[in-house]
Amino acid sequence: MDVAFYIAATIAVLATLRVITCYNIMHALLYLVVSLLSVSVVLYTYGAPFMAILEIIIYAGAIMVLIIFFVMMLNLGNETSEHERDWLKPRIWVIPGILCAVLLIELLFLVMQNKQPAGGIIVVPPKEVGIALFGPYIIAVELTGILLMAGIVGAYHLGRQQKKKLHRFLENSNI
Amino acid sequence: MNLHPTTTGLLLAGILFVLGLISVLIRRNIIFMLLSVEIMLNAAGLAFVVASSHWGKADGQVMFMFILAMAAAEVSVGLALILQLYHQFKTLDSDQASKMHG
Repeated sequence: MDVAFYIAATIAVLATLRVITCYNIMHALLYLVVSLLSVSVVLYTYGAPFMAILEIIIYAGAIMVLIIFFVMMLNLGNETSEHERDWLKPRIWVIPGILCAVLLIELLFLVMQNKQPAGGIIVVPPKEVGIALFGPYIIAVELTGILLMAGIVGAYHLGRQQKKKLHRFLENSNI
Repeated sequence: MNLHPTTTGLLLAGILFVLGLISVLIRRNIIFMLLSVEIMLNAAGLAFVVASSHWGKADGQVMFMFILAMAAAEVSVGLALILQLYHQFKTLDSDQASKMHG
């Protein structure tokens, strides 16, 4: 367990360093996904398997896809296919691929072996988390729902294209 | 070197948080700044989960779920704001938006 943590932590720090030193946003996002996956392995070694899966689904899945869609939406044009060709060069994805492969081997190893966690770590099963979530924290769950609703409405309002506002009497006149 | 797992976990969370903070300070591309905020939130969540496993209580993991939801809402609103900024200034440089024209 200890070795697994150190490997995952090293990969997390290396990938995050690459994120903050990359100039190309797509390469940075690739390394950020690797960093999030390794943090997910760290969460698994700390006895929080449900949180590890949520980290992959929400962070590495939903949020990263949102940002990638956004970046692709911004640079529309003829140079997009050129960018695509640049992004898919093997030397770009080979290092994140190797890091991901190390993480995958480590995860398989951790799942295969059936040992107790390292000393000092107490596994908190998802059942307790659910009981705490819908017991004492129920009001916070409701507030989180309101926050997500506000996020949806705010993103819709801000993301609208501003139309030219004319009074209805002026719409048909030539200005 | 035989460190307690809680110590190493908190050290990792601290390193990731400082990396995100450095990135916020040195980058001028506003999407990179948003990514760095994500890194910092992630590190804070990691610290919560490490504390949860130290005490054997579920509270830290509950807070991690709230941080996840908050990060999702923050990213959607932040991206919409960046879109408006890009339409206004035709650039993603955050220094361009700092002039108040007052």
